Amino acid sequence: ELKEEFTRILTANNPHAPQNIVRYSFKKRAYKPVSYVDQMAIHFSLNGNMILKDSDEGRRQSIRLNTAAEKAPTETSAETSEEAEIKDEEGAGDTQATGEEEAEESGAGEVTEAEEAEEPPPPGVKEQKLANQFNFIEQATRTLNNPLRDKACQSEPTPCKDFSATANQWKIYDAYVEELQKMERSKEKEKPKAQVAKKEEEKKKGRKLTSLDLQGDDITKISRAAKIMERMVNQNIFDDIAQDFKYFEDASDEYRDQQGTLLPLWKFQYDKTKRLAVTAISWNPKYKDLFAVGYGSYDFMKQGQGMLVLYTMKNPSFPEYVFSSESGIMCLDFHNDRPYLVAVGFYDGNVAIYNLKKTTPQPSYKSSAKSGKHTEPVWQVKWQKDDMDNNLNFFSVSSDGRIVSWTLVKNELVHTDVIKLSAEGTTMQGPEGLQLQTLGCGTSFDFHKKIDYLFLVGTEEGKIYKCSKCYSSQFLDVFEAHHMAVDSVSWNPYHLKVFISCSSDWTVKIWDHTVKTPMFVFDLNSAVGDVAWSPYSSTVFAAVTTDGKAHVFDLSINKYEALCTQLVVAKKKNKITHIQFNPVYPVVIIGDERGHVISLKLSPNLRKMPK
Amino acid sequence: AEVEETLKRIQAHKGVIATMVINAEGIPIRTTLDNSTTVQYAGLLHQLTTKARSTVRDIDPQNDLTFLRIRSKKHEIMIAPDKEYLLIVIQNPCE
Repeated sequence: ELKEEFTRILTANNPHAPQNIVRYSFKKRAYKPVSYVDQMAIHFSLNGNMILKDSDEGRRQSIRLNTAAEKAPTETSAETSEEAEIKDEEGAGDTQATGEEEAEESGAGEVTEAEEAEEPPPPGVKEQKLANQFNFIEQATRTLNNPLRDKACQSEPTPCKDFSATANQWKIYDAYVEELQKMERSKEKEKPKAQVAKKEEEKKKGRKLTSLDLQGDDITKISRAAKIMERMVNQNIFDDIAQDFKYFEDASDEYRDQQGTLLPLWKFQYDKTKRLAVTAISWNPKYKDLFAVGYGSYDFMKQGQGMLVLYTMKNPSFPEYVFSSESGIMCLDFHNDRPYLVAVGFYDGNVAIYNLKKTTPQPSYKSSAKSGKHTEPVWQVKWQKDDMDNNLNFFSVSSDGRIVSWTLVKNELVHTDVIKLSAEGTTMQGPEGLQLQTLGCGTSFDFHKKIDYLFLVGTEEGKIYKCSKCYSSQFLDVFEAHHMAVDSVSWNPYHLKVFISCSSDWTVKIWDHTVKTPMFVFDLNSAVGDVAWSPYSSTVFAAVTTDGKAHVFDLSINKYEALCTQLVVAKKKNKITHIQFNPVYPVVIIGDERGHVISLKLSPNLRKMPK
Repeated sequence: AEVEETLKRIQAHKGVIATMVINAEGIPIRTTLDNSTTVQYAGLLHQLTTKARSTVRDIDPQNDLTFLRIRSKKHEIMIAPDKEYLLIVIQNPCE
């Protein structure tokens, strides 16, 4: 094995060169061996820096060498990079080269070369600092950067308030209305008229009063809402009655053959009037649901205080207004044009006017013994039209036989005797030959609706006198009406000649004032307390008797009998005193001796209108 | 005063469960119910009243809300709005 011969061949091939280089050919899409392989092997390489003399670089260098020879001998660098060349030039060119400048100039090396080539004459003054490649110090300086400080200033934010609102149609309207009112007020202030000034003062006072009221108690502001609420609560409680009042019509009337019924609705009562009897009832001419009740006593022995109470059908549980008085009230009347004025007659003979707009429980104006009050209880009062000086006046009739006209002159009641009821044939011979005339006692009166001066007076003796305002001593006519006191007389609202009268002698009589005898006589088996014509028909009237019954008559249907006789209050303990028709609704109110007022609805049969 | 009496009378009526007085911002001033229920009622009903009033007046600016009644199965809520106050009464109508 040792004798094996190894041939050694000397070739020019590079033993390290790979022999199987393969190249990928895209044409053939395969790897193809490359036939020729580079066989060159480099053993040593050295970059030289010898420049051809005649080339550009060579010429430049030679020029530089010549200039540099004046300044300082420059040494050709032995480094191979171009960057080193540039650094060298820079080091030769500047004495105080900063780092920044170097960085700049390194990018523009050739430019600086050219510049420096041009610069030879001026820098000749400067002294060049020698800098060599090998021992080379770079010194950089840096300016002090002042420390930065933040200074900020902030102003106070303007106070902001969030405001949001919706512009509704009605807000715009409200704003306009306010504007209007302001303008009107300013216009009023401009007017120099005295009357207007007075009104303004009143308005101002009124305004001041209202503002004072509001400032007082917080709760009082809610008074209106509380009132409405109370009515609503009552409506809920008395819901079925309210429904009856509005909608119930007694269907059984068809079968009842002309008879009718009275459906009881609300019952009005007030604590403080429990012991008092209802002495007068009247509906308010303006507000059809408001009525006034006067309380007093018919009993001669039991005379106490009196009350004037106003109820509304909208609130059956509590009165709207309450006024109290020392003496029992016997009669009352609402003023037609000024529905807030109520004239009242007392048992002690006084008369008074109550103003509902004022909140004091005392009457606004009151008569007294000095101003000519009656000496006996006042049985009836009635308002008249304002006289020529626009003063309010009303009439009163009393048992002392005088019919007096009271006029409100400058806040005082002034009386004028209109007529004295002299009973005929009763002149007596008094002492010393004086002729005394006993006076009849008036118990009720009524004025004619159309003929202003004509009125009727009923007396305790049972006579009815027809009188005129113009004649003060003589009557126009006398009717021998009843055997006992005439409790009520009333003209028919439609038939101008007819009037009705009722009396404690159990009868109700209908008269024509031109005829001395009554047209109709009704016997009701019990003393008749009150009689009233209905406002909707000329033939319907109602009467109440002391046995607790209410009778309703319709002359067009039945001339002899009542259409309805109904027991309204408990028989034994209670007597009915008064009855009134509501001018608008088919309701009657009946007052009794216990201080209760009962409202009843008339059934359809009782409400028939005449043809 | 008189108003106090009226409110007392309302409360004493048959079927009235509660009475409340609320001011213009929905804060109860006077109540006969417990606090939490009152506050709840006050907030809710105040919003409802404002909405109702807005509705009525939008249709006709000269009109204004006088009364609001909500009848539910159990009882009836009655609201009487005023210029600055709201009076609420909850009643059980007798049926």
